[in-house]
Amino acid sequence: MATKSKDKTLVVVQMTGGNDFMNTIVPFTNGHYYDARKKIVMKQEDVLPINDTLAINENAAPFKRLYDEGRMAIIQGIGYPDSNRSHFRGMDIWHTCEPDRVGSEGWLGLAIQELDPKSENVLTGVNIGQGLPRAMSVAGVPVTSISDLEGYGVMNQIEKEQLRDKALQAFKDIYGQAIGTGVVSEYIGKTGLDVLKGADLLGDVASNYQSTVEYADNSIAKSLKDVARIHLNGLGTRIFYTNHGGYDTHANEMPTHPKLMSDLSGAISDFLDDLDQHDESDNVAILVFTEFGRRMRDNGSGTDHGSGGGAFLFGKNVKGGLYSEYPSLAPSDWEHGEDLKHTIDFRGIYGTVLEQWLDLDAKPIVKGEFEQIKPFYI
Amino acid sequence: MKSDRKLVAHLMRRAGFGATPSELDQLTAEQTYDEIVEDLVNPQRFHEIDMSYVERYYTGEPVAVHVGKWLYRMANTKRPLEEKMALFLHHIFPVAWGKSEHGPSLYNEINLFRNVGMTNFGKILLELSKDPAMIFWLDNNENHKDEINENYGRELLELFSMGVGNYTEDDIKNASRSFTGWTFRQPLSLYPYGHHEAVFQFLPEDHDYGEKEFLGQRGNFDGNDIIDIIVKQPATARFLSRHLYNFFVEDEVQVPSWETVPPKDPQAIEELSTAYMESGGDMKVVLKTLFSSEFFKESSRRPKVKSPTELIVGVIRQTGEFSKPKPGIHEFAVTTLNGSAIEGPLAVMGQRLMNPPTVEGWHTGFEWIDSGTLSERVGFVEKQFSDPNKPGVAEMLSKAGTLDDDPEQLVGRCLDLLGALTVSDETLLSLNTYAKTLSNEKDNAGVHNLIQMAASSVDYQFA
Repeated sequence: MATKSKDKTLVVVQMTGGNDFMNTIVPFTNGHYYDARKKIVMKQEDVLPINDTLAINENAAPFKRLYDEGRMAIIQGIGYPDSNRSHFRGMDIWHTCEPDRVGSEGWLGLAIQELDPKSENVLTGVNIGQGLPRAMSVAGVPVTSISDLEGYGVMNQIEKEQLRDKALQAFKDIYGQAIGTGVVSEYIGKTGLDVLKGADLLGDVASNYQSTVEYADNSIAKSLKDVARIHLNGLGTRIFYTNHGGYDTHANEMPTHPKLMSDLSGAISDFLDDLDQHDESDNVAILVFTEFGRRMRDNGSGTDHGSGGGAFLFGKNVKGGLYSEYPSLAPSDWEHGEDLKHTIDFRGIYGTVLEQWLDLDAKPIVKGEFEQIKPFYI
Repeated sequence: MKSDRKLVAHLMRRAGFGATPSELDQLTAEQTYDEIVEDLVNPQRFHEIDMSYVERYYTGEPVAVHVGKWLYRMANTKRPLEEKMALFLHHIFPVAWGKSEHGPSLYNEINLFRNVGMTNFGKILLELSKDPAMIFWLDNNENHKDEINENYGRELLELFSMGVGNYTEDDIKNASRSFTGWTFRQPLSLYPYGHHEAVFQFLPEDHDYGEKEFLGQRGNFDGNDIIDIIVKQPATARFLSRHLYNFFVEDEVQVPSWETVPPKDPQAIEELSTAYMESGGDMKVVLKTLFSSEFFKESSRRPKVKSPTELIVGVIRQTGEFSKPKPGIHEFAVTTLNGSAIEGPLAVMGQRLMNPPTVEGWHTGFEWIDSGTLSERVGFVEKQFSDPNKPGVAEMLSKAGTLDDDPEQLVGRCLDLLGALTVSDETLLSLNTYAKTLSNEKDNAGVHNLIQMAASSVDYQFA
């Protein structure tokens, strides 16, 4: 196995669809919660208290363990002014830090550009999943996007090594020659060469990996296992990204949300255990976010798009605990008469990880100065 | 030869999903280019595809089943432009299964696009405004006499007809008022009858009959009047022309930038707009103008990145795997592994058909390509062409020749077998070099590799 990575690494997990924060970190002694939520509600006997007023959804029991061990920071009431309820626009805003205009440059893409200004390593930024998230895309910044680690690369169908080598050479020729044949061909050519470079680096990742941690059989566990396998090979990745879908629980929330909680919390704790086992957990932090919270009141079967959600940070060097404030649940404080009001701006949390974890200047990336928190030991 | 092989291949890639070498043989031997265009814009000259056999293999509601059936149809229809227009309208009027009141309405919408795609743009907009899937997608069922919901009214003007900058916020409000009471109903209740297609319904008691001012005109307008006014606007002609240019001729910048970035070829947009205005929005006339134009004929070397759908259907046509009904085509959309659904190549390449990401539709052109989607594209093509027993692949291998042949001629034949694929001089040089190194190898897998390589090239990513 390769040498230990000394640089700090950030793993970003996107809960796609808008996680129901109130049913994740449950205000289990607050009457307003039980008044507003009739059916889509966590009963007092179904939660794991962390203090007198808040509890973790029992389906996310691994989070309770991580919280008790001081490795989970809960950022309460994260959002931004006039939260947008469209998934697309909402996600765009979280990805580009541009609430007022349509931005095209992703905040993590800009961070990757700073971390690796000469694009020396195509694996500085790695997305595990299908399609590059806008958060990582900035023109000219190569990011490797992997939907299937074993299948990544080209000419994998050719079995005979000698023929495969020739095919790879031809592919390299064709994609390399595209430089200078027009902007789009050139872009495709360069992307093809990046695929080759990435595949080269990733070639031994699967066979090098050994662990006694057994990840569960679900999408987020599989994704975080891929993150672990790549990270433990010491390939210089500074930013990993992956998404966990299914949080848009307008309907059937009660059967759906528990599984999401259990899959996500299990995957994150397995991932952290895996790093621990390889003595690699000092330099990894995980940021988990979602595009918005959900409405105060449920709709009988689920909850509609709202605001004022929550984000989480995990890691050995994360100071566990509660950050910012839980939004007020009193009806008179509801935004637009139906939503939680955010208590901290997400751009301040991005700023926190950019400056305090990745040692980057956050201001040009998040476009301004926002209140930060102090969630790291180092 | 009545027509030019490369030009006809270009036409069939853009107006359809590509022609096989034997189709090209027949077309070029029997018809002039103009006659082929005439056939394309007159789909009624050809039998509609018989879907009854396919239906036997694909029953049920999951969206993947319907995507599968649509892919089959695209690959096998004798009316390629009709299907391409359905795809075009799905691109510009994107409705997603993720927000549809139930599947059948969405599947009916694609059928609607197929039926109206080559009629009149006014008819297209009218049918769209009455389409239950669209009504639900943009909340027109929530657009009431006393409580306007502007979602549909806004997008109708912004995304579906004229484009930003050609109307005011008041126009949006008044267009929305005109569509109040345009809703849909379920013919039967869901329980116990199950899903049935919703139908358009006009509720007079929920319609605002008051006077409205719209684009400078005054009257007691309803939705029909609004569409009549919209389709006569030169802005509509230009906006639709740019959409057609972007879809059939050359990649434009993304739609939200059209207000500020001029068209790639203003003269072409002018020609198409004139055809639109003079014919009163007759799509056949506009399409015929497009495919007969010099700018189209010269566009084979202009960047037009294949959408994942175009790439996949093109490959399916070339391998011949699904030239007859058989199960499995839905796996291009979704595959099931150990009981849980995983997404197929179409989604991995970035296009969940029938499930576009936003009301803006897919970002097209070079935005289809990143390292992940490119790796998937190349891997997909390699895999699809790897089985020598697929009828199309077997035919290619039997006609391509052997490694003892002159390498340049061998490459030339391989490119022709891939549907008269045009490649850059640089790619041709690389392929020739590759063929030469393979000829030392004396392994006939080499010819097969050469075909796969040509289909993995930068050039193959372009339509």
